[in-house]
Amino acid sequence: MNIIKRLTSLFTVIFGVLLLTFLLIHLVPGDPVDVMLGESANMADREALRADLGLDQPLVNQFGSYLAKLMYGDLGQSIHTQTPIIDLIKVRYPATVKLALLSLLIGIAIGVPLGIFAALKAGHWQDFVVTIVSVRLSAMPAFWLGPVLMLIFAVWLGWLPVSGMDSGTSIILPAVTLGFGLSAILTRMTRTSLLEVLNDDYIRTARAKGLSEQTVILRHALRAALLPIITIVGLQMGSLLAGTVITETIFSWDGVGRLLVESIEKRDYPVTQACVLIIALSYVLVNLATDFLYRIADPRMRYA
Amino acid sequence: MKYTSYLILAFWLIAVLLGNVLQLNPNAIDLEVILQAPTAQHWFGADDLGRDILARVLSGVEVSFLVALIVTGVTMTIGVFVGLLAGFYGGRVDAVLMQITDIFLAFPGILLAIAFAAVLGPGLGNLIVALCLTGWVSYARLTRGQTLSLRHRQHVQAAESLGAGVPRLLFRHILPLLASILVVEATYSLASVMIAEASLSFLGLGIQAPDASWGAMLRDAVRYMLIAPHYVLIVGGCLMSLILAINLGGDYLRDALDVRKPD
Repeated sequence: MNIIKRLTSLFTVIFGVLLLTFLLIHLVPGDPVDVMLGESANMADREALRADLGLDQPLVNQFGSYLAKLMYGDLGQSIHTQTPIIDLIKVRYPATVKLALLSLLIGIAIGVPLGIFAALKAGHWQDFVVTIVSVRLSAMPAFWLGPVLMLIFAVWLGWLPVSGMDSGTSIILPAVTLGFGLSAILTRMTRTSLLEVLNDDYIRTARAKGLSEQTVILRHALRAALLPIITIVGLQMGSLLAGTVITETIFSWDGVGRLLVESIEKRDYPVTQACVLIIALSYVLVNLATDFLYRIADPRMRYA
Repeated sequence: MKYTSYLILAFWLIAVLLGNVLQLNPNAIDLEVILQAPTAQHWFGADDLGRDILARVLSGVEVSFLVALIVTGVTMTIGVFVGLLAGFYGGRVDAVLMQITDIFLAFPGILLAIAFAAVLGPGLGNLIVALCLTGWVSYARLTRGQTLSLRHRQHVQAAESLGAGVPRLLFRHILPLLASILVVEATYSLASVMIAEASLSFLGLGIQAPDASWGAMLRDAVRYMLIAPHYVLIVGGCLMSLILAINLGGDYLRDALDVRKPD
């Protein structure tokens, strides 16, 4: 029953996302065609674009044909380059996914061990330092952390490329920029969640059995503590995806985020619309996946 | 730590006043000092057009505060209202309102604000509208959750059985109990709105040249980072100090008002 309820609400949300992104173009003040083509465009071009976007149709019909086209993977055409938007997305989307996944790994690789460390040293100065640093890092927006990392590792030390996607190491700086914020949140979550578990009876039992501290922490405590962390990782995937917009722009990483910013600068609204849609849908699906993962990881949830 | 954060906050508030009192000219161009590192004359150095970075930082912090206060005020009012209604009436009203918030929450982070700002066109007014359109959701969620449990408190039911109307119940008996949690939430949201404003301005969607905003300055600064690293470091450092001070202030406020973490 729960799954059916979950799916119903999923479909409503997806429908809402589609409706909202569809309506975006109608929020353009004045005539969207004027804004996109500029005042100097000739009448024929305007009418062609208007017909192409279906802006001469009633709103309901427009939405209907928008949905119908989407079914066939047709996201419309770029006004600027006249290429089908789906082709642009096909090139850009994998780059964004690659970046997001690597930053997720970096975030987990830094955050979870640091969180365990802080929890084991709870109350000591090491815990204090880690907690303060993680609070600071999570408040650091990408458009500040990115340039600082770029300055240190690309300009001053010269270890990594400044920007672009030409070399295999190009991904490191943008991924670290994105991953740092996540690692800070994960550090705090791992610490809190591990601390809660460490006081439980079964941990005392495990210790009393004479298990090594390592086994107690890694096999017994961490397993239970990881559950809330899965949720956080899933939820943070969202800010990761939104973060790609700025990070990709800073590091000239050709993903969907940069495509979005470029399309805004060129007033290529159909592309803007498509990018927003793709990012939002990815987020919804990641959340759904997190939900199912959580159910698999925690048998109790299956009956909840 | 506590007093440091208050001091930084006070420093920036004074900076806002000072910027107005001193009548600095953030748009004055001096071609002699383009991208110059800090000197006795220009404490923070000069930007790519030879404008004094200090004067522009001071004028930018004013914009940050202005946007943060307006957006927080508007989004809190809308969000609290929606949340009260959803939590109080429950049933269908609640289902519909929460479905709407779910749709807004399906857009990660400031993506929806970017989209709104993009189609509305650049400018400070549109930026504020875009942030207001998307920011009310978290308040609605928070208020709804709290109202749901407060609704069945005895003092609310007592007032209801004595014939108090819905507005009286909501605003006299439920809202006051939400005050402290909302104050803490609003403090954090000041910081997040400032970051959002800077992000949008960084993408060129906020305040337009020649007016100064920290996000827009950072955008220029990144462009000239190789020759003038002081620019990006100073502006970013200012932003960070303010955000941290506000967030720490929020932490202390939360402890002082004894508000449990919403998570």
